This record gives sequence, C-alpha cells and structure tokens, in this order.
Amino acid sequence: MIAAPIDCDIHPTVPGLAALLPYLDAHWREQVVARGLDELDSISYPKNAPITARPDFSPEAGTDCMRLLARALDPFGTRLAICNCLYGVQLPFSEDLGAALAAALNDWIAREWLDRDARLRASIVVPTQNPALAAAEIERVAMDRRFVQVLLLANDSEPLGRRRWWPIYEAASRHALPVGIHAGSNYRHAVTGVGWPSYCIEDYAAQAQSFQSQLASLICEGVFAKFPALRVVMIESGFTWLPAFLWRLGKFWRGLRAEVPWVTTPPAEIVRERVRFTLQPVDAPEDPAILLRVIEQMGSDRLLLFSTDHPHWQFDGGAALPEGLPPLLAERVLAENALETYPRLLEATTAEEGP
Amino acid sequence: MNVVLREGMETRAAGRAETSLAVIDCDVHQAMRNPADLRPYLSERWWNHLVTYGQRRRLGPAKGPAYPKGQPGAMRRDAWPEDGGRPGSDLGLMQRQHLDPNHVAFAILNPLTPSGQGLQDPELSTAVCGAVNRWQVDAWTSRDARLRASIVVPYEDGAAASAEIARWAGDKNFAQVLLLSRTAEPLGQRRYWPIYEAAEHAGLPVGIHAFGYGGQPISGSGWPSFYIEEMSGHAQCAQAQLTSLVMEGVFARFPRLSVVMTEAGFAWLPSLLWRLDKLWLRMRDEVPHVKEPPSSYLRRQVWLTTQPMEEPEHRRHFRDILAWIGADRLLFASDYPHWDFDDPAEAFPIALDEATRHGVFFANAAALYRLE
Repeated sequence: MIAAPIDCDIHPTVPGLAALLPYLDAHWREQVVARGLDELDSISYPKNAPITARPDFSPEAGTDCMRLLARALDPFGTRLAICNCLYGVQLPFSEDLGAALAAALNDWIAREWLDRDARLRASIVVPTQNPALAAAEIERVAMDRRFVQVLLLANDSEPLGRRRWWPIYEAASRHALPVGIHAGSNYRHAVTGVGWPSYCIEDYAAQAQSFQSQLASLICEGVFAKFPALRVVMIESGFTWLPAFLWRLGKFWRGLRAEVPWVTTPPAEIVRERVRFTLQPVDAPEDPAILLRVIEQMGSDRLLLFSTDHPHWQFDGGAALPEGLPPLLAERVLAENALETYPRLLEATTAEEGP
Repeated sequence: MNVVLREGMETRAAGRAETSLAVIDCDVHQAMRNPADLRPYLSERWWNHLVTYGQRRRLGPAKGPAYPKGQPGAMRRDAWPEDGGRPGSDLGLMQRQHLDPNHVAFAILNPLTPSGQGLQDPELSTAVCGAVNRWQVDAWTSRDARLRASIVVPYEDGAAASAEIARWAGDKNFAQVLLLSRTAEPLGQRRYWPIYEAAEHAGLPVGIHAFGYGGQPISGSGWPSFYIEEMSGHAQCAQAQLTSLVMEGVFARFPRLSVVMTEAGFAWLPSLLWRLDKLWLRMRDEVPHVKEPPSSYLRRQVWLTTQPMEEPEHRRHFRDILAWIGADRLLFASDYPHWDFDDPAEAFPIALDEATRHGVFFANAAALYRLE
C-alpha cells in the first residue's frame, strides 16, 4: 500500500484585497481603501486561464478553503499539503507597501486556512522588494511552525544567487526553512532574455527557462557553499529540463570554474544534495518509459516531491502521479522526499501521532 | 573544449587523413585583421561616423563583451596568427589548422565581430552589415571554394534586413541569413517577419547564432554576475526564441522557412517540445494561428548545430537525446577558432552508426544548404 501523499504545492486564492484589510494596521488599511487598491492579481496567472483554473473547478472555488481541500486533498488521501499563495504582494514598487501586504497575507493564510484544517502547512511570503524586510518577515512568522518554507518567485529584480538576496537565505537557514521558488514574476524585467512575449502561453513556457537561470545563479554565486544548511525547492518549475541543463552547466563549469572558485563540486552533485522539484507539471510524453529515462538521467530518486498544483490545470482527473513509476520510487515521491526536505513537516507529523 | 595548445595536432590530424570522411562545418568564425578592413566598403559618412561615435551596441562597454570571457576573445590559444590579427582573420592559418586536416568539405562562415548586427542606430547597422557582406565575398568566399558565408542583416529593422537579403538572393557565395539570438524582442514578433519572408523567397535558411546584445538582461530575473551564467543562459534564450517563433505562428505562416539554432546546445529541445505541446493542448485558444502541436513545426522546420555539445554524466544518456530529437535535425559545427572548439573526430561522447554519422557530419547540412 502506497503511503498517504504529501502535496507540496496547492494554491489558496485570495478573493480580493478586502480580505486582507483585517490584517493590515490602521495606516495601511486607510491607504488601501483611500487609494482604491482593490486587488493584486498578477498577469502570471489570469483568473480564468487553464494554467490557473482546472475546468472541473471554478476560479472562485479556490478562495473557499473547504472546497479546495475537498478537491485537492481528499481524493488523493493527502495527509499534509503546503499552501503557496501567489497573491501579487511582490508587485508594488514601494518596499513598505510590499512588507505590509506580505505580513497581512501570512496572517490571513494562518487564520483563514491553517487554523481550519490540521493537514495544511504554508510558505512564508516575503516582500522581495527589500531583502532586509523579507528577512524580518521570516523572523516574525517563523515561530508559527506550520510555516514550513520561504517563498520566492522565479523572476525578480536580480538573479536569486546574488548577494542582495543573502539576508533571506541567512534567515531561512537560521530556522531550517527551505527556500521555495515558485513559477511567476513581478515583472521587473521581461520574462524572457529576449524581451516581452506576446502571449500568456509563452510567459508560462518561459518559466522553465527562468528556473534554469535561477539554478545557475544559485550555484555559480556560491549560495550553497555559503549556506551549508540551505535547501531549495523549485515549485511548478517542470523538471524534465534538468538533465540537459546540468550537462551544459557542468561542462562549462569544468572549463570556467576559475571564475567561480567557490563552486568546488560539479553542479549536478550540488543539485542532488540541495535542490528539490515539485512533481507537477510533468513535461513529458504519455509514454512512461520516456519519463523514467528522464528520471534516470536526473541520477537520483530523491529529487521529486509530489504535488497536484491544485487548482492549476496540470493533469486530468485524478492522475496526479504519472503512470509507470516503480513502487519504491513512487513512495519516495509521494511522501518520503518531502519529509526529508521539510524538517517541520516531520515535526508536525510526529506531534500528530503523539499522545 | 580545446584551450591548451596540443602539440603535434596537425601531424595527428594529417595521420588520419586517408581514412577520415569529409565534414560540413556549420559554424566557423572568420574575422577582420583590423577594423580598417571594412573601410573600402563604407561610405565616407559611415566610416567617419564609426570613427567618431563607434558602433554603440545595446550594451555599456564601448568594446568587448558584457562579461570577460574565459580566454582572450574566447579564442583557442593556438589560433592567433603569428603575424598579428585576430584568430580567424588569416585564411591560410584557418586552412592549415582546421579546413585541411579536418577534411572540411564546406564551412558556413558566421562573422561575429564586428558584424553591424543589433546596433542602436538602425542606419549604421544597415550600412555596416552591407559592408560586411561585401567583405565576406572579397576576403573569404572568393578565395576558397569550400567557404559559404552567412548574410548578416540589420535584424532590428525588418525592412532593411529584408532588402539586404534580397540583394544577395541567388548568390552562391551565401548559404544562409544570420541573426543573433539576443534580439530586442522575441524573434517571432511581427517586426521580424520581413526577414522570414525574404529568406523563404530566397530559399535561404535563417541561422540564429547565440550571443549578441538586444538590450534585455539574459534572464527574466535580470543580469547575472558571471560569464559562465551567460554561456549557460544562451540555451534559455534559444528556447525562448523557438517558443516565440512557433507561438507567433511564424512557422505556420512561412512553411518553407528553415531555422538553424547555432551554438546554443540541443539537449534541451525534447523537454521544451514536451512542455510546449502540453501547453498548446491547454491554451491553443490564445494562439489559434498555431494549427498543429508546436513539436510538429519544430521537427519539420528547425535544425540545431552540435557545438557546444552537452556532455551527459553517463554516455548512454546521449543516445536518448539523439533518439528524442532525431539525428536528422543535427548539423555538425566546430566553432573554429573559439576556445570551446569541437574536434570532429572527438566531439561525440558515443560512437555513431554510419548512417547517423553521415547525416550529422555531412548529409543533413548538404541537403539543407544545398551544398554540392
């Protein structure tokens, strides 16, 4: 019997900025109301687009905790699920507004979601407008042990390995929180290296390339050497691009490592030790043999963490786990890998099973 | 990669001459000895403009790369001509060092520095590209029958680029149109369509070579710190360009257009196709002009050059990639005289069967570029 899964990526939807008002202080509440700021949805996930909303699940249903759980958790027998809130608090250019909104969002998710169901965990959303404020938000929220990781977007103002971001990694390391990087952008730059595409489908396709760039940045800047306890989880990133990416980066590392002398082990080894990937979307053909070859090329059964990405439409019906995975690999993907990645999940499971 | 000068290389290469098969090298970089080489091909106005204001790329440094390369000029140490000039500027050395010993039957020349492509001033870009093309004929293709040049075009100005292509249409000195991959906007967008129309009309493939400066950081998250990231990032830009070309409907609108992705790797292609096909099934209502799954266009109209070749941790995985891409899509390239030159005798991590070998090293390019 296969273990009850741990879903490492589900998406509660904020119904509108009004929902966060109770969690803002008087100044920001007044600002938000007086200035007519009523929503923060980003163009990354248009409300009604298939990547945002499954056809069997209305966009509004994602705002309803019980309805989302009934669809995202119950059918899979999920024992724990990590809520990744994609509300656009990283979009405003004001650092202070970003910090106020991120704090309100974290308090909202704790009260409106985590308090309602013991299976739920969440990621700490941080104001990436200012890494010092982001680190302060981690410090503020980390005492609530239902928050199991820090959440960043796959595109921001600078590549995520750069020193600008290190206060976030320091704070995350201090609390043994993995840093999750989720598909999306605050559009400080065009989403591709060759400018702004015309279509949403291109934007979403480009996210896979953004993760490739971020992984190169994290490795080459020495983040993994500087923060030896840090784990990174790439969320909704796709993963079938990983082998080819590592073959290329590994080759260049052999030729150019003098430029980055702090990178002392091959990139592929760093990734196998320190980086994990959520399962959905599985960018592979139907033929299970091909997916298995890709996983073999990845060189480890520890890299994938089960996710449904609910309510985003990645698979049909209940087929969240691809067919054809050998049972031992399936067990690793469904739960064991997540338990090894997120120390707080293990702690929570233990507490539940305690006296 | 070939950084260290290997003693006796020419001898060793000559030693296998009688048994070696001919190759078509789809990426060779010739260079000017001196910027003044261009002077005979430019009007007084544009020469004076260059001398006074320089080229003004979409990049801060007046000269040189955004990131210091791993080697001077990213060149093989043994490729600098003894009597001065840049690697690739001496036809005799190129013949002795590469074309002759490696049995190059045809070489596609892709001039990079300076080529006039992607400059801020569109008129200057047009003038320099036109001059470079005339120089290519005089200094290269007319002096060695194995050489075929690429038409450099001021690609940020579609109409001017189209006119430059039309100027050389039917001229056997040229085998393709050359774009650089780092454009100001994704290459599928309308402003670039006149290029594809002209190339299709002239029966010329469009080569998209990694590098260039379009004014955008190489990642969606800004400028990375290191050259190794820029090198690695070219594969991401190539993926974004193919995504744009297919999703904007360029392949559907120009069904006889052939695109060659040059020096951007190829092992990333299967994953990209799987992702695009899956997304297209979900979101094709946004791009109704894309009538077929993206992979069918790309498998029909796109080729990729082999260098720099991804090197799997286990050689058997290379065979998976060949099978998933289809060896008929790959064109051998050496990238002479750059530091990461691929030697045709040693570049592949696995032994290829004879049909595959013949296709990748010769027949695929011969058919695509109509070389005979």
